[in-house]
Order: sequence, then C-alpha cells, then structure tokens
Amino acid sequence: MFDALAERLEDAWKKLRGQDKISKSNIQDALKEVRRALLEADVNLQVVKNFIAEVEKEANGAEVISGVNPGQQFIKIVYDELVKVMGESNVPLAQADKAPTIILMAGLQGTGKTTATAKLALYLQKQQQTCLMVATDVYRPAAINQLLTLGKQINVPVFEMGTDANPVEIARQGIEKAKELGVDTVLIDTAGRLQIDQDMMAELAQIKETVQPHDTLLVVDAMTGQEAANLTRTFHEQIGITGAILTKLDGDSRGGAALSVRQVSGQPIKFVGVGEKVEALEPFYPDRLASRILNMGDILTLVEKAQEEI
Amino acid sequence: GKTRRGLINQLKAVVGQGPLNEDAVMTIESLLLQADVGIEATETIIETLQAKLKEEALPPEEAIAYLKTILQDILDQPLQNQNNDDFVPEKDTFNIWLVTGVNGAGKTTTIGKLAHLTQKSGYNCIIAAADTFRAAAVEQVKVWGERTNTPVIANPGKNTDPAAVVYDAISAAKSRNSELLLVDTAGRLQNKKNLMDELAKIRRIISKQAPEAKIESLLVLDATLGQNGLRQAQVFSEAAQLSGVVLTKLDGSAKGGVALAVAQQLNLPIRFIGVGEGIEDLRPFSSYEFVEALLNG
Ligand SMILES: Nc1nc2c(ncn2[C@@H]2O[C@H](COP(=O)(O)OP(=O)(O)OP(=O)(O)O)[C@@H](O)[C@H]2O)c(=O)[nH]1
Ligand SMILES: Nc1nc2c(ncn2[C@@H]2O[C@H](COP(=O)(O)OP(=O)(O)OP(=O)(O)O)[C@@H](O)[C@H]2O)c(=O)[nH]1
Ligand SMILES: [Mg+2]
Ligand SMILES: [Mg+2]
Repeated sequence: MFDALAERLEDAWKKLRGQDKISKSNIQDALKEVRRALLEADVNLQVVKNFIAEVEKEANGAEVISGVNPGQQFIKIVYDELVKVMGESNVPLAQADKAPTIILMAGLQGTGKTTATAKLALYLQKQQQTCLMVATDVYRPAAINQLLTLGKQINVPVFEMGTDANPVEIARQGIEKAKELGVDTVLIDTAGRLQIDQDMMAELAQIKETVQPHDTLLVVDAMTGQEAANLTRTFHEQIGITGAILTKLDGDSRGGAALSVRQVSGQPIKFVGVGEKVEALEPFYPDRLASRILNMGDILTLVEKAQEEI
Repeated sequence: GKTRRGLINQLKAVVGQGPLNEDAVMTIESLLLQADVGIEATETIIETLQAKLKEEALPPEEAIAYLKTILQDILDQPLQNQNNDDFVPEKDTFNIWLVTGVNGAGKTTTIGKLAHLTQKSGYNCIIAAADTFRAAAVEQVKVWGERTNTPVIANPGKNTDPAAVVYDAISAAKSRNSELLLVDTAGRLQNKKNLMDELAKIRRIISKQAPEAKIESLLVLDATLGQNGLRQAQVFSEAAQLSGVVLTKLDGSAKGGVALAVAQQLNLPIRFIGVGEGIEDLRPFSSYEFVEALLNG
C-alpha cells in the first residue's frame, strides 16, 4: 500500500529512462497515476481535473535533476503544486476590532461542530482570551447538554435557552450576553444540516445575518468523499464561509476532502481536529496534508536532498 | 442536481451499439466515481459491462439496464444464501443488535429509529447505553428511549467500562424477557487499537453472556463517506464480527457508493438506510432503489 503511487510512477517512467526533460508526451502515464492517487484519496473528480491540468502546465519542460529519476522529480512537482493549492498554514482566527469576536460554526450532521466549538474555546482560553459558547442546536437530542458538558470540562460558560426557543433568537441573545459579560470571543454552535435542506440553510443564513460573525467556519469531516466539493460550494454560496476546520484527521483517511474544500471555496483551512478530546486541535499544515493525500513521504525527502545537492 | 441528470442523458447518448467507446467509458466512469464507488470498483464494473457488450451488441437502453444489473448483483450477493425478505428480529428468541461505527456516523439516531420500528411491530425492546465516553451520549440515547417508550440501561458514572453496561443490560433484558436488546456504542476510528480492542471485548461478552441469543452486529456507515468506508468495514468486521451495514444520511445528495465495495469485498449485506433525523426516517434497504438513485441522481 505505502508508496503505491511511487511504484506505479516508476513503471510509468521506465520507458523514458535517459530522457532529460519532462514533456507533454512523456508525462501522460504519470499524470494518469497522479489522477488515480488523488481519486483514491477522495479528492473530488472535478477538482482532480483542474489540478491535473495545472500540474501538466507546471511540469512541462522541467529539467530533471541528476540523481533523481524523472518519476521522483515529477512527484515533487505534483507535491509542490498540491501544497501551493492547499493554501497557507496557520491562518489565525479572525479578531474583531472591538470585542467580542463572533465565530459561527456550520456544517453537515455529525462532522464535529460541537466538539470543535469547545476545542476552539479551550485554544483561545490558553491564549488568555475569555469566551462564551452559544447553544443554538435545538433539534438534536441532548445537543445543548453536550455543549454544557464540554463547557464544564473546560470551564467556559454556555448560553442556552432550552429547546423551545428559536435558534436565531438564541444566537441574537447570546451575543448580547457576551457583550454583557465582556468576553473576548463568542462561539456559536449550530445544528448539523444538509446543504440541500433549504429551510435549515435559510435558518443558518438568518443566524449569520443577525449576528454578523467575523469568522464563519465550515466544519468538514476528513473522511468525506466526493460530496465535499458540493457541500462546500453550497455553504459558501448560500452562507459565505471564511474558513474551514477539518476534523477526525486522527483517523487513517487520506483527507482528499481538504483539497476539494480549499479549491471550491478559496478559503483557508484554519485548524484540524485530531481526536475526540477537547485538547485535540492543531493548526493546519498544507505540506503534511499534501504528503498524506499522495501517500508518500520518503520519496519527497529524497528529491529534496537531491535538490539541495545542486 | 443538474449536472448528474445531465450525465445520465449523456450516458444514453454515448452508449451506442456494441462495445463502449472511450466517451462512453469516461461518462460511466465519472458517474460512478462521483458517487464514491471508488476507482478500483469502478474499473471492475466497467470491465464487466465491456465484456458483455463485446460478446453481445445491446441497444443503449439495454446496455444501461445491464449496468444496473451488475451493480444490483454486487449488493445482493451477500444475501445469496439467505432468506432476505425482511430483516427483522427473530420472534420468540432473544435478539441482540450491536450497533457500531466511527464518530458521528449516526449510530445513536439509528438505535432510536430501530427502537421505534421494532416497538411498533410489537417487539419488547430495550436499549444499552454503552457509549460511556462522549459528552451527553447517555442523555442523547435516553431522549430516544423516552420518545420510543424503550427502557435504557445506563451506568450513571462517567467513563465507566462500556462492557459492564452491556453485561448489565443483558441481565436486565433477560429478567424482563425482552426480545430485542439494542446496544449503542461510542464512535471510534478504526485505527485506534485500544478502542477496537474495547469493541472486541464487548462483542465477546455478548456471545458469552447470551449464547442463546441471535446476534446481529451492524456497522453504521455515513453515505457522505469516501473510500475510508471500506477500511472501516474491514477493521470493524474483525473486531465486531459484523453481519450487516446500515447506510445513513442518504437523504442528502451523497450517493454512498462505497457501500458497493463494502458489499463486494466483505460480503456484508446492507440492511437499512437512514433518510433523515426523524424517528420514522429508517427504511429497509433495496438494492433496486439504491442503484436507481445512484445512477439517476
Ligand atoms: N476521532 C475524532 N473524533 C472527533 C473529532 N471531532 C469530533 N469527533 C467526534 O465526532 C462525533 C461527532 O462530533 P460532534 O461535535 O457531536 O459533531 P456535530 O457536528 O456537532 O454533530 P451534530 O450536532 O449532530 O451535527 C463525536 O463522537 C465526537 O467525539 C476528531 O477530530 N477526531
Ligand atoms: N440527515 C440525516 N442526519 C442523520 C441521519 N442519521 C443521523 N443523523 C444525524 O447525524 C448526527 C450524528 O448522529 P448520531 O446518531 O449522534 O451519531 P453517532 O454515530 O451516534 O455519533 P457518536 O456517538 O458521537 O459517534 C446527528 O445530528 C443526527 O441527527 C440520517 O439518516 N440523515
Ligand atoms: Mg452538534
Ligand atoms: Mg452516539
């Protein structure tokens, strides 16, 4: 399994031994292998197509570094492009000029929004910021209870109005409460919703309109397949997101959804979730995710070494 | 969506008499790939179709019908030697259904829906709240217990041993003469060895404490999943001795195509689909409907 791509690329390049330039004609087999690797990593098909076109442009005419075979050289080009597309690392949360900073969480059911809300609150608290979490999920059984429990664990207050109140109203009063308490940041947890559920999307749009968040974060499960592109597109078009959180990266999924989210929205992935515990939040590193998607680490080190030697 | 409907029309347009040309292969391939069928399974499916068309020149409509047959056969294969009318608990027997899966897949909600469905059909049902880990997991399953009038066996302590809850629940079920015990478990990613060991222990306790029971071990798969779903099925299969799959969140636009690979490679039948968050939103699985939805968008 490991380095399967590298192995197949090797085959693709065998017939090209001795060539010293990467060209349009000698690149086709290798591109096919990259396409395959990206699809196996669950990158959306359309996103793959765009990406391959971009790589083809980049690779055309590249000189092959001596000491490295063209296959390895090509992987490096793919990897660099992937890192580039994936965006910057460590993009911070938005910060309001005047407190409180308002952060709105959004996403499909079960992706990890409530957990990520608590993780962010803990993260901010460690930076000496005060927080309030707002529980607007009146639908899922015990969703409010879940946020209250997490709040207790990390010692962050939770604003809630029970399950009979309107989520938009809860959000509005949550902001007032935050101002009253004088906290630095208020995090609004929302119910999971399908992007094709028009009523629920309208509700979210209304929450956003009402609270005017500084950051609207789409929470995406790293195990998501082709759907990552569609859901990101709809959430971005209908709600407008300013960033994303990729959860459950502690699993063994390849995480190709990250590329789809990034490509479709153009917004940065700000954090990744790496566990169920409230501490399990890390900044996003595009290079790590690129290696993970391509499923190969060693070969990159080799290419980098060869490059340093010239 | 629009593009998918476009694809099936396109498909009809590109599938001509005789073997598939490159256009047709590409169209079918993108249809399957975009449904998360995965590249390997997709290639096998197309090869099977191509072999048939090389052998016999079918008109486009029939070629597409044959494609559907291939897909349906994959899904029906695990049930070949079973009477597959309705998947229901066996009457006058103690049934235990263990519900497993990764985090957030829809296990607890499925338990609630199953409790409703089986109570409605006259079974005497009971729930074990064996997710002792996640915040408010017990409260969540208790709400479902109230909604469905189903007793919930839980341990009031936090982070207690889930196997102990299962042990207690089996005793409770027996003393109440319950016909069905539904076991809710904590979400776990399949690469967490300790958590998978914990699940294996739960599975062993069930066999040991209720040797007379008819046991079903179900994996809940989220239809939004990509290729990791196959890996989940592989690892859970070993730890929990899976006997079937529940595919949730099919009310969204994701197609759940990874279920094809799961059915094929692990010989696991899909038993139910989840089509919403409501109590009634559980349906028996139909390979016909699944394939229609997969290809028609
Ligand atoms: N392993 C792992 N589990 C996670 C991570 N983030 C969340 N989870 C788990 O995923 C499941 C769902 O998390 P929630 O925070 O309840 O998800 P949600 O998006 O709020 O769900 P809904 O409100 O029902 O839409 C829970 O079991 C969490 O413990 C992560 O980064 N890694
Ligand atoms: N749209 C839709 N949502 C669903 C379906 N099944 C479950 N959900 C939602 O998905 C989210 C997660 O469901 P849970 O039942 O809590 O999932 P779980 O597997 O028990 O989660 P953990 O115990 O945290 O691992 C909730 O918001 C559910 O309402 C379904 O078939 N369709
Ligand atoms: Mg939630
Ligand atoms: Mg649960």
